[in-house]
Amino acid sequence: MEALIQQVVAGLANGGIYASMGLALVMIYQSTHHINFAQGEMAMFSTFIAWALLQAGWPYWGAFGATVLISFAGGLAIQRIILKPVEKAPVLTNVIVFIGLLVIFNSLAGWIFDHTIKPFPSPFPKFTGAGKLISGHDLGSIAVMLVVLALLYSFLRFTPAGLAMRAAAQNPESARLVGIRVSWMLGVGWGLSAAIGAVAGMMVAPVVYLDPNMMGGILLYGFAAALLGGIDNPWGAVIGGFIVGVLENLLGAYVIGTELKLTVALVLIVTFLTIKPNGLFGKAVVTRV
Amino acid sequence: MRQSQRRFLVKLGIVATVAAIAAAGGGAAFAQAKKYDAGANDREIKIGHIGPYSGPASAYGAIGKAIGAYFEKVNAEGGINGRKIKYLTQDDGYNPAKTVEMTRKLVEEEEVLLVFNPLGTPPNSAIHKYMNQKKVPQLFVATGASKWGDPRNFPWTMGWQPNYFSEGRIYASHLLETKPNGRIGILMQNDDYGKDYVNGFKAGLGDKAKSMILSEVTYEVTDPTVDSQMVTLKASGADVFFNVTTPKFAAQAIRKAAEIGWNPVHYLNSVSNAAGSVMMAAGAQAGVGVISAFYLKDPTDPQWQKSPEYAEWLAWMKKFHPQGDIKDNFNVYGYTVAQTLVQVLKQAGNDLTRANVMRQAASLDMTLPMLLPGVKIKTGPADFFPIEQEQLARWDGKTWVLFGKTYGQ
Amino acid sequence: MTGTSATVVPRAGLPKPVILALALAGLALIFIAPFLVKNYRVFQFNLVLIYAVAILGLNILTGYNGQISLGHSAFYAIGAYCAAILMDRYEWAYWATIAPAAVICFGVGALMGFPALRLGGHYLALATLALALATPQLLKYKKIEGLTGGVQGIVLNKPDPPFTFELFGSALNQDRWLYFMSLALTLVMFLIAWNLLRGRVGRALIAIRDHPVAAAAMGVNLPVYKSLAFGVSAAFTGVAGAMGAVVVAFVAPDSFSSFLSITFLVGVVVGGLGSISGAIFGAVFIQFVPNIADHISKSAPWAIYGVFLIVFMYVMPGGVAALAHKLLQRMKSAS
Repeated sequence: MEALIQQVVAGLANGGIYASMGLALVMIYQSTHHINFAQGEMAMFSTFIAWALLQAGWPYWGAFGATVLISFAGGLAIQRIILKPVEKAPVLTNVIVFIGLLVIFNSLAGWIFDHTIKPFPSPFPKFTGAGKLISGHDLGSIAVMLVVLALLYSFLRFTPAGLAMRAAAQNPESARLVGIRVSWMLGVGWGLSAAIGAVAGMMVAPVVYLDPNMMGGILLYGFAAALLGGIDNPWGAVIGGFIVGVLENLLGAYVIGTELKLTVALVLIVTFLTIKPNGLFGKAVVTRV
Repeated sequence: MRQSQRRFLVKLGIVATVAAIAAAGGGAAFAQAKKYDAGANDREIKIGHIGPYSGPASAYGAIGKAIGAYFEKVNAEGGINGRKIKYLTQDDGYNPAKTVEMTRKLVEEEEVLLVFNPLGTPPNSAIHKYMNQKKVPQLFVATGASKWGDPRNFPWTMGWQPNYFSEGRIYASHLLETKPNGRIGILMQNDDYGKDYVNGFKAGLGDKAKSMILSEVTYEVTDPTVDSQMVTLKASGADVFFNVTTPKFAAQAIRKAAEIGWNPVHYLNSVSNAAGSVMMAAGAQAGVGVISAFYLKDPTDPQWQKSPEYAEWLAWMKKFHPQGDIKDNFNVYGYTVAQTLVQVLKQAGNDLTRANVMRQAASLDMTLPMLLPGVKIKTGPADFFPIEQEQLARWDGKTWVLFGKTYGQ
Repeated sequence: MTGTSATVVPRAGLPKPVILALALAGLALIFIAPFLVKNYRVFQFNLVLIYAVAILGLNILTGYNGQISLGHSAFYAIGAYCAAILMDRYEWAYWATIAPAAVICFGVGALMGFPALRLGGHYLALATLALALATPQLLKYKKIEGLTGGVQGIVLNKPDPPFTFELFGSALNQDRWLYFMSLALTLVMFLIAWNLLRGRVGRALIAIRDHPVAAAAMGVNLPVYKSLAFGVSAAFTGVAGAMGAVVVAFVAPDSFSSFLSITFLVGVVVGGLGSISGAIFGAVFIQFVPNIADHISKSAPWAIYGVFLIVFMYVMPGGVAALAHKLLQRMKSAS
């Protein structure tokens, strides 16, 4: 019984990691209707920037804040400079640009910071609560993720800027007619998701250790989590993340063994999506003929 | 003939004979002259290398960079027998199809003398037949798989590091000596490296393997953490843990074991025992008691940092490889394997044919500065395993303390 | 609409005899090229031909039918392992493994078509990506290790040419023989695709891509055609995989990661969606540009590759085929 609880808790901890990546993906989707495949590598690169600041002697929260701001600016710049020329191009053209960004960030991180693993500090107190079940960092990072979720949700739902952003993504033409600067909305959207990605990276690195390939696997899980929950719903991404984390652990420990747990988890998710094609909480999109 | 004429003729004859002998002798000296295969000439020796500089195994790219930096040092000091090394290294991303392409490029287009230290079992398997068909040395491969020491069938391929299979056996024999009733849990990376270690471990346990091993779990390199696997292993009731993971996951496993309060007899594979980047990263106290096997000196271990060999290594790092991490033991590996090749080429002298390179590689008997004391490099025509000795050490929170005998011959 | 023919011939411009001469010269070059270069280059040419078929397969699904797939590395792997297992365990001849690979991949692809019916856009991308991720895991699974060779993979023997031949001092060796085999295979697959896509099936696929609701209203059976598209696409890529296994003479799970899927997608977009001839350009790109990037920068070659990708998308968002079409149009209207 204790083992089962430990597996579930470990799954929730992992799920928190997937959820934070999923949030970044939802943010970018809400603002641009694209899925940014480079999100993971950008988050990893931001975490390296934080690491470099910490190595230079900055205090943790100073480095944290600076990294979030730098990432926001970086994301905005990428959208304005690199993505603007293909704004009107077909979806797959944009996808290739994302893939280009993915390999660029991965390669640059390896070149500048090299490939040996680096420990990354956690700002949360080191206790192991509840009988060695969950660590201070796990709790702390889940808390941070929930705060980000709340901020994101309220921004998109309750503020005029959030509304403008969603409008710009859903119907750029009408949005322009109403006076929304669509291009800048896209840029801000990218900046925000880069910032969320940076937070995700800094929460993840203490657990998985920092190296250029840190986010590769996590991006895929984040993708699955976001889609499972419904790509247009931040709550969905979080709940999806937890489900994916716990499901995978339980499958590996009790059902199919670790050799095939990824396969079976993905099969289950895909099967679920065929039954509910818009995810758990997604809205069904109805097209008019 | 008058007396003076005869004397003159005799003197001429003697001079002619001496000259002829001198010419013949000198000619013989010239005949022991230079022999070259593609990739070698009077001025340079072309050495090909393939490694994963990108992709999931990119951490191992550090080895290729260290090797390049060592060859720079050799060149700065005059080269080998007056010839400079031209180092041509290619990236295969740990993708065997790419390894085939890059190998063919090195052999057929760049025309290197040999291919040095290609990394990984699948990449080396992909080019194994080709190298032996083309009769190009596939020398000192960077993998511990046991199949590279087969001179009868594959005379052009040779391994270097102690193979994983025999290292697994070492842990098994130590376990049988110290805790013959242990209940074992195994965590392994789901690939050839993991399988090799576990197969060796099981072979070392012999008949007792089935009864002693309670749980065997795997992970993929794309898994973010191995926390779930550690929980499963603890729950199985095991009190011995064989940890076959790469550095990132080894650190996670050691840390998680401490967190969940699991304190088994812990055998850690030698790929991941770096003091700086694994043991310290996991938390210095978390790994107290962990046992691992060594053949190289760990650069982050205080007991070696006082030695003159370390000082020499450090000076090389600072001068020729300043961007390399002095805590990364891949830089010690690259340094040492490069020194091995340099010795082979020195021994080859002016006969730089591929056949002679293999002959010299199969007649090594030496030690190198960064190998553990007592560990030798020894090869013979039937012995294509250069390094077979390892010693066990136990982590005490600050350093690895060597104990017991040197295993292997 | 981008051209669907295998060779594009401008109507006005150069006089007919010159065109004919150029075409014949091109054909001759294709046939004697392998004898002019070293073996290693011939090996690269073989890979280009094989990737062209794989990209063509993906194009049928994504370019012509609008269903995105990030899972084609799985079909390539299945084709490769089919060939490897038949050759190694059952001693089949290499050319006989192509057909079974096609059939098996068609089956798997059509099966994939079922969830694809319900999913669209990003959800389909995830489902196909799941397939790509699952494939290496399945190939390593220890219960079928006896068949697949597990993580060690299967080493194959390259076939010898059936007769001897020499041209310009170079002999017809294994690689050159495989060049002609791959060339023949590529031509056959391109012809099949051309035939398929210019007829009813092609029009149905394009209709489904552009306006599924209208297509259904016009009587196109969506589930059948969508599954068919998946099946045919998978078959093409599987055939490429089988030939690839013969050419490389080695299969292992590490050769078929999800990055290969992404590489195929890059090839499709760079070559041009909805273009058959574009597949060749895409294949040349994914084979040679990483090598060029490596020449330019040894320390961060993939960063250079990424820059190449982005610049390509700026300059030709519709792929090489679209750009070529535009240029030809301009030549036509200019003369």
